[in-house]
Amino acid sequence: MRENLHRFFRAARGAGVHVSPAESIDAMRAVAQVGITDRTILRDALLLTLAKSQDEKLALGDCFDLFFSQPEPPQDQPEANDNDEDSQDADQSPSANAASKAGDGQPQQGLGPLAEMLLSQDRNAISAAIASASGAASLSDIRYSTQRGIFSSRILDAMGLQRLRDDLDELTGTNPALAERLRAALEALREAVRDTVSQGLALYAREEAENLRNEILRNAPLARIERRQVAEMRALIRQIARRLRERYSKPRKRQRRGHLDVRRTLRRNAAWGGVPFLTAWKRKHRDRPEIVALCDVSGSVAQVSDFFLLLIHSLHEVVDDVRSFAFSSHLIEVSEILEKKSPEEAMAEIMSKVGFGSSDYGSSLVDFEKDFMSALTPQTTVIVLGDARSNNLDPRADILRRISERSKRLVWLNPEGRLAWGFGDSEMPRYATFCSVVRQCATAQQLERAISDIVATYQ
Amino acid sequence: MADQNASTSIEAVESGLAAQGYIASRQIATAVYLSQQIEKPILVEGPAGVGKTELAKAIAAWRGKKMIRLQCYEGLDEAKALYEWKYAKQLLYTQILKDKLGEVLGGAQTLHDALDQLHDFGDVFFSKEFVEPRPLLQALEQPGGCVLLIDEIDKSDAEFESLLLEILSDFQVTIPELGTVSAITPPTVILTSNSERDLGDALKRRCLHLHIGFPEQRLEERIVESRVPGISQTLRRQMVGFIHEIRSLDLKKLPSVSETIDWARVLVLLQASELDTEIVKDTLNVLLKYEADIEAASPQVTTFIAKAARSNVFG
Repeated sequence: MRENLHRFFRAARGAGVHVSPAESIDAMRAVAQVGITDRTILRDALLLTLAKSQDEKLALGDCFDLFFSQPEPPQDQPEANDNDEDSQDADQSPSANAASKAGDGQPQQGLGPLAEMLLSQDRNAISAAIASASGAASLSDIRYSTQRGIFSSRILDAMGLQRLRDDLDELTGTNPALAERLRAALEALREAVRDTVSQGLALYAREEAENLRNEILRNAPLARIERRQVAEMRALIRQIARRLRERYSKPRKRQRRGHLDVRRTLRRNAAWGGVPFLTAWKRKHRDRPEIVALCDVSGSVAQVSDFFLLLIHSLHEVVDDVRSFAFSSHLIEVSEILEKKSPEEAMAEIMSKVGFGSSDYGSSLVDFEKDFMSALTPQTTVIVLGDARSNNLDPRADILRRISERSKRLVWLNPEGRLAWGFGDSEMPRYATFCSVVRQCATAQQLERAISDIVATYQ
Repeated sequence: MADQNASTSIEAVESGLAAQGYIASRQIATAVYLSQQIEKPILVEGPAGVGKTELAKAIAAWRGKKMIRLQCYEGLDEAKALYEWKYAKQLLYTQILKDKLGEVLGGAQTLHDALDQLHDFGDVFFSKEFVEPRPLLQALEQPGGCVLLIDEIDKSDAEFESLLLEILSDFQVTIPELGTVSAITPPTVILTSNSERDLGDALKRRCLHLHIGFPEQRLEERIVESRVPGISQTLRRQMVGFIHEIRSLDLKKLPSVSETIDWARVLVLLQASELDTEIVKDTLNVLLKYEADIEAASPQVTTFIAKAARSNVFG
């Protein structure tokens, strides 16, 4: 059973449930208490000890159902199948025992155990043998779908395919009818093994596959993401937001050790005539970032802006105040739309209002200076997201200078690579002189780093 | 072996809690049983009013143990949760013992001797006598064990969570001046949370995680039956069915079990024999706590009553 539980923990990790060694120990103890006879109680016990949130409970419940729909390896000989890789002789392993028990009815002289088992058509014995052979072939190590073939053949080998082939060769000469039956049974066995491997893949390989996909997604250029990946990307962005929240939403007051707050100490100890029994120490308040974001939503940058806005607006716990503005040929404030609607709807509305025009940085900056300059305080970080391609119109870098003077920092995130800056109609070098930081921001990973750095400067 | 006992023990937990008027689902009973067996706290999450706090009370009443409750809020700290020194008492004692002090120090020849004598003396003031135990320390000091309820842990600050870690995993606290205080009998610890913020992994790791959602219809009927004995069976079925329909709506705050019980009481008081549109509309404010929710639900009342009545016939 222990072996089985370990495999289950592995499968649970694959399903996205975080199972630490300590939790697996707890689960073991719990299972030792409740036993394994009652499946619902076992399920409850595992859910209680392993899953730590509602989502994890659902995932783990599914995983449990999938896992235990597989036949368990036979209980009574758990260790015996370690050395039956080269099962040539007649005296090995559970499959042999099971088969000789099952095959009592029709003794076939001189046949190998696997052949006997197949001919006896004892389903239970066969599936038990498959299960123990997949244990021997360590099916739980399967990671990629391309490994299906090798695992299938390993399992078949472990079950004694070699001996079966010899039997077949022999029988073809002596007893063609029986050989035919055996061949058909072998075909069925192959199929069953293939199914087992597919199920194993579904159970154990999910974690790896997901990691791989996320890794690729994190480094894929946001602007050229495929439509079907947008939903996955959103999920990834939410993950990033959660990570940033966890990292930066920690208490913002820090004690300045050794600096006595005399006023508060006196007040607190008034009851004892001012004898300072309770001391109060000075604290340092850390500001939360105030962010003003200007996002280019013209064709080339729209997708990146979308993800950027999604990220910024899911950072409530970390960021004090966000005001976002979207522009292409002119600029509007979009904070409210983003607060009230779902990301998809909000983006659609923003796009219908200002999106997809040809970008004009100059007039957008003029719009901003005219109406929203008062949003800037010395605590504000201004983030501009755009490719700075202004279609050869006046860039109005002077306004950007004024913005930079009024704010704490001015960060420019450019989805284009550094190589392209300054070529064609790119005004990046001219703008860059007034920015505190200019960085490339084309992938989810770069986006995360950029935001993380911005928030970190306030800590 | 253990497995045979397990299911009977879990049933025993269920019936024990039921005797206290708490109808537990199988999952809850399993959690309570396990927490007892492997001595782990239970972290209960779920929407407001599904009986998280009640569970702790029921366990305490069933086992005949004292319940110690620690209500969490923002700014809760060590001094209010764990222990505090009785400063005033210390001060008073030093005043009274002033003369005595003179005597003690009188024998000392040098300043060094006086200091040595004073050192021994100083420890007297930081002894058990002067510690004011707060809920967490009290819970450890109960000779017969107790049920410790740490309510709404999500309302407290993140630092407070870290403070709890020692007590949750080892049932002990460390007071710098006194050393480590271990539990005489490990208390049964129940933490509740409304998931207002995500709790730390370290805290979650130390607990069994139990999620109590809205109960199934059957279970809820049994809960109403045990809590409001005066209600007739038809009405009970109808009202629970009605509430289950309401929960399918997209509301600001869904009615939970406590609202169901309140509503049942109200209906009994109004001597209703079955649900009709009139009485439901009049009493909807017992179930729904926001004006917008009431407005959203009222047009549907008639359909819901009909549905509840129909499911009653087939169910």
